[in-house]
Amino acid sequence: MSAVDTGTRTRDVLGASALRPDGIAKVQGTFQFSSDLGGDGVLWGATLRSPHPHARIIRIDVSPAWKIAGVESVITADDVPGQMTYGLIDQDQPVFASDVVRFVGEPIAAVAADHPETCRRALAAIVVEYEVLEPVLDPEAVVAGTAPAIHPNGNVLRHQRILHGDPSVTGDIVVEATYDIGMQDQAFLGLEAALAIPDPGGGGVELHIATQWLHEDRKQIADCLGMAPEQVRLVLAGVGGAFGAREDISLQVHTCLLALRLGRPVRMHYSRAESFLGHVHRHPATIWMRHHATAAGEIVKVEARFVFDGGAYASTSSAVLLNAITHTQGPYRCPNAVVDGWAVRTNHLPCGAMRGFGVVQACFAHESQLDKLAEACGLDPVEIRVRNVMHTGDRMITGQVMQNVAPIERCLRETAALPFPDEPVGGHDGDVMRLPGGAGRTADVGHVYRGIGYAAAMKNLMYSEGFDDYSTARCRLADGVVTLKFATAEVGQGFVTLAPQIARDVLGVDEVVLDRIDTGVGSAGSSSASRQTWMSGGAVNAACIAVRDRLFEHVAARHGVEAASLRIDGIEIVDESGALRLSVADASAGVEFDETREYHHPPTEDLDENGQGNCHTAFAFVAHRAVVDVDPDLGLVKVVQVATAQDVGRVLNPLSVVGQVEGGIAQGLGLAVMEEIVQIDGRIRNASFTDYLLPTMLDMPPVVMSFVEEPEPLAPLGAKGVGEPPTISSTPAIVAAIRDALRQAGREPRLDRVPVRPIDIIGVHERPRT
Amino acid sequence: MSEHYTLHVNGVERAVQDAWVGENLLYVLRERLGLMAAKGACEQGECGSCSVLVGGNLVCSCLVLAASAVGEPIVTVEGLAPPGAPSDVQQAFVDCGAVQCGFCTPGLIIAAHDLLDRTPEPTEMQIREELSGNVCRCTGYGRIIEAVQQVAVARRTADAGAAS
Amino acid sequence: MTVLVPTSLDEAIAGLAANGGATLLAGGTDLMVEVNEGHRHFPWPDDGATIIALHRVPELATWTYDVPAATVVLGAGVTWATIEQPPLRDLVPALAEAARTVGSPQIRNAGTVGGNLATCSPAGDGLPVLAALDADVTLLSAGGRRTMPVRDFMLGVKRTALQPGELIESITVPVLQGWQGYSKVGVRNAMVIATASACVATDVPSRSIRIALGSVAPTVVRCPVAEQFAVERVDWDALTVDAGDAVEFGRLAAAASRPIDDHRSSAEYRRHAVAVMAQRLLQRAFPGGER
Ligand SMILES: Cc1cc2nc3c(=O)[nH]c(=O)nc-3n(C[C@H](O)[C@H](O)[C@H](O)COP(=O)(O)OP(=O)(O)OC[C@H]3O[C@@H](n4cnc5c(N)ncnc54)[C@H](O)[C@@H]3O)c2cc1C
Ligand code: FES
Ligand code: FES
Repeated sequence: MSAVDTGTRTRDVLGASALRPDGIAKVQGTFQFSSDLGGDGVLWGATLRSPHPHARIIRIDVSPAWKIAGVESVITADDVPGQMTYGLIDQDQPVFASDVVRFVGEPIAAVAADHPETCRRALAAIVVEYEVLEPVLDPEAVVAGTAPAIHPNGNVLRHQRILHGDPSVTGDIVVEATYDIGMQDQAFLGLEAALAIPDPGGGGVELHIATQWLHEDRKQIADCLGMAPEQVRLVLAGVGGAFGAREDISLQVHTCLLALRLGRPVRMHYSRAESFLGHVHRHPATIWMRHHATAAGEIVKVEARFVFDGGAYASTSSAVLLNAITHTQGPYRCPNAVVDGWAVRTNHLPCGAMRGFGVVQACFAHESQLDKLAEACGLDPVEIRVRNVMHTGDRMITGQVMQNVAPIERCLRETAALPFPDEPVGGHDGDVMRLPGGAGRTADVGHVYRGIGYAAAMKNLMYSEGFDDYSTARCRLADGVVTLKFATAEVGQGFVTLAPQIARDVLGVDEVVLDRIDTGVGSAGSSSASRQTWMSGGAVNAACIAVRDRLFEHVAARHGVEAASLRIDGIEIVDESGALRLSVADASAGVEFDETREYHHPPTEDLDENGQGNCHTAFAFVAHRAVVDVDPDLGLVKVVQVATAQDVGRVLNPLSVVGQVEGGIAQGLGLAVMEEIVQIDGRIRNASFTDYLLPTMLDMPPVVMSFVEEPEPLAPLGAKGVGEPPTISSTPAIVAAIRDALRQAGREPRLDRVPVRPIDIIGVHERPRT
Repeated sequence: MSEHYTLHVNGVERAVQDAWVGENLLYVLRERLGLMAAKGACEQGECGSCSVLVGGNLVCSCLVLAASAVGEPIVTVEGLAPPGAPSDVQQAFVDCGAVQCGFCTPGLIIAAHDLLDRTPEPTEMQIREELSGNVCRCTGYGRIIEAVQQVAVARRTADAGAAS
Repeated sequence: MTVLVPTSLDEAIAGLAANGGATLLAGGTDLMVEVNEGHRHFPWPDDGATIIALHRVPELATWTYDVPAATVVLGAGVTWATIEQPPLRDLVPALAEAARTVGSPQIRNAGTVGGNLATCSPAGDGLPVLAALDADVTLLSAGGRRTMPVRDFMLGVKRTALQPGELIESITVPVLQGWQGYSKVGVRNAMVIATASACVATDVPSRSIRIALGSVAPTVVRCPVAEQFAVERVDWDALTVDAGDAVEFGRLAAAASRPIDDHRSSAEYRRHAVAVMAQRLLQRAFPGGER
């Protein structure tokens, strides 16, 4: 239950808990997800994947597949008409492997057939002969330069240093440790699926796809198809969650190739097992950090070394690494820094974007360090953090000055002030489900210790490092009805709820129609990096204002008043004198205003070789407190409550923010205690929901929250993005609470890796009793 | 593909022609009968997105061999309420913010209906246990629990009103 | 038609006799996972083999309490959802506790005790309980009936004594007089496969204590040494046990396990977990002692 009042609604303008326009369709099952598209005569596509982490392809014989009744097409790299590789930053990933495979699951061929089972049998019939090669699996070997190159572009995806201030400074108190973060999967529920419909004559193709970024997909697809971008039209099909996993190409090119080849519509759906292989994951990382502080607990220097395992292909590894190292300091002042970061190529699954984008890994390390500092200084965890918080105007370790609102202390203090759970260990009703182990009845109340942990985070918003980040929106007003068009991917976050709220606010209308989300308008950029409220919100706002200006001119001309004297009041237009008052519906009767606008955020720059530069746009902040019950002898945990205060700038839709906060925390909880892709010898061992565990309703506790509202002057609507921060410091807060519980049980907990496994909890040594 | 059989779905007899014997009920509902509400996110019984009622029992349709479900009433989300006239549970999900991407939603709607039919006033822990087979990756569950509680209260109030 | 849906036991047996290679299907929660993954190949595209779906055979879906014999006879098709609830919960509490840990409500509504036994996974939650309670399994074929202890029925990982043409008809579970309970370790608080599990069952009149372990060997393990030790150490009048004895009981139980390392956990952790669970279960059974 949130402490937040989601309010009563009068008009669904900004600030109201407007309801999702697609809500009724979703609860009634009529909303069309990408996997719901098909129809009679649409063929099924499927992908053949490498069973080896590293091997040379000697021979591919697809002829046995052709002999199976119902098989319509079989394609390999030979059938790629355009560019053979794709990628978001470096185009280093083959559409189909033809000479070498670099990870288990790499696509080699695709088939189209009349039934999924025919596809399965056709794939099984394809013969691929491999010469198995030694895989490169140790990122440190790549850093050390001892691993052979597994790609023509080399194995170092990025190496970046940060040197700031005086590297020779030392502190009275020094704490250090090495932290490990496991590979997390986005695990959206709506599996990859697409429907490709070729144009008659094959001069183009329309792809209905669940993606985060229509225009970037289109560019990469068109390149591989050897077509101009205009020949490839993308339509957003219903997206069943994204969380970063839909930023890269997966089945897009394959589906289009099959459809174009056959001149028939083709759809492709991944299975869950395939999905684990078919999209990028959160980078596993090893992070060493050493903090220097004064005896009073003031941080004077941080030293760190980051090694991110990017897997076989580049994806966004270089940007993820940048994010990680530039967030080494967390939301804390730090005058001196020496940081070394590596993102390397191995024969593991490729890694890229996932909610938090590099900052999750950095935050687990810096927050664990802050707790160590607190202990060394004799301060409580909130106090050590408050003592070090950054403020607007402070210089960061990149030399960049924090320009935006930075209410970190408020986040911390408000989090600490939120109510604690009123149930004791085991609860008042004695339901076993309240104890660690749940229905497994592993513990009795006397075996369980309750711990409390805190953490805080800073997260950059939008794209960084000189990227021209923008979004486009078109607004049309006619007869009192507004129609909005944009290419902003609705992935569940609720932009389709927000955009009409903006239009109602700016234009004083109630009826807002959303046009189809497709490439028929300019790019909106990606639904990632907590950027769409700011960026596409900014674009919709700008387009609506442009229409409003024209409406005012029109009204001014007709009524002989100054356009500048007009403003919107509810659903009416009034002039300053109060003499004129007419409804927007009447004012716009019989006329039509249509404006398209782009919103660009202020430019950013690259880092120099010492990691200095104004590389980020703006930042948001958050604090978390976790209460966790721990069974130290079995190593099982039950998260009892998470409390959070988040810097949101301005709440545009309370219900939407609550949803982002609770959902983000659930993913942070997953990383803290259960979610990890396990790869052994380069092979994924848990590519299923049986073994890749997601938090259920019995794992996710109630969340209490408070919104820290300090409108952001830099943001078009005063609002900061809210999607990523909840995921970031919830993880270290939960781990801190486990450590606290273990301390009470007389153990000396390290817990320097996530997810925390039972073995990590019981593996700790008894603290020597003195 | 040689299987021909009849399923009793949402009160209607539906003929299935020329099916493959290995098809599960989720596939047949979606691909052969055009009932797209039930979703597949794992086809292993682990996510609950495909939940339907078979013979009055809440089950994962991905684990039901379609041809074995002959002769039993099957209820999907399409059978709960007509389009545009959502049930109380459906409306509460929308009102409470229990829907984000919505992929888990149809399965949860069926499961919540089933829960409230059997246990009209579930405790929070009962809701959590009864709906633990329905994974949602977006919401963190808080609003879903809220929606179920809201319906329970509304139904009790309505009953009390009817009784007095 | 290649899917038979018999509505009586005779019909099921006749179908089985007529189709030697038929695959039996109960709740489908094990079998259909294999089918969906393509591990179980059904004939394609045409028929040949037969599936016999058992869920509408009334004899298999019911259970009886034989009061004089002090046994519960569970039809193979009784679901976990039924076992989880009273009255079965009161007659065989440990089995009900195990039932509550099986998958999710959806899985428990479909999954059956017979399917669990026939699958014979090392992690099957029903198995340690049935082994601890010394349950018997009755197998039926056109040729007749045979009954054997569940412990003899389980031969190894997914291997049982079931012969072609046979089905599991019922499982006979003694109703004991004394505390019994089940514990299962998994990383999640719901819907999780056992990393390790244990069942302790006691019968006070006969002064008997049994412990069986799951997920720590190819099939369920009973621990005679630990059982004997506990029988000797428990104060049967006060129904208490010393804390130190409970720890030793746990150690002996762990010593009987033969766990492996896999992607879910390590052998070391499994052994440790068994010791802790066994100790705690014995203390729950005999709660008077100091902890
Ligand atoms: C998501 C999920 C979670 C699960 N969680 C658990 C868990 O926590 N604990 C656990 O123990 N199991 C779990 N299982 C496995 C499964 O649910 C159980 O083993 C269940 O008891 C199987 O019963 P069933 O009726 O569904 O078997 P089916 O799948 O119908 O059959 C399984 C096997 O038994 C054979 N069989 C069935 N009935 C008979 C009979 N009468 N005579 C002879 N052979 C027969 C079948 O031919 C088949 O080989 C889970 C499964 C899923 C999908
Ligand atoms: S699709 Fe059936 S439970 Fe996931
Ligand atoms: S709303 Fe997206 S999975 Fe539940």
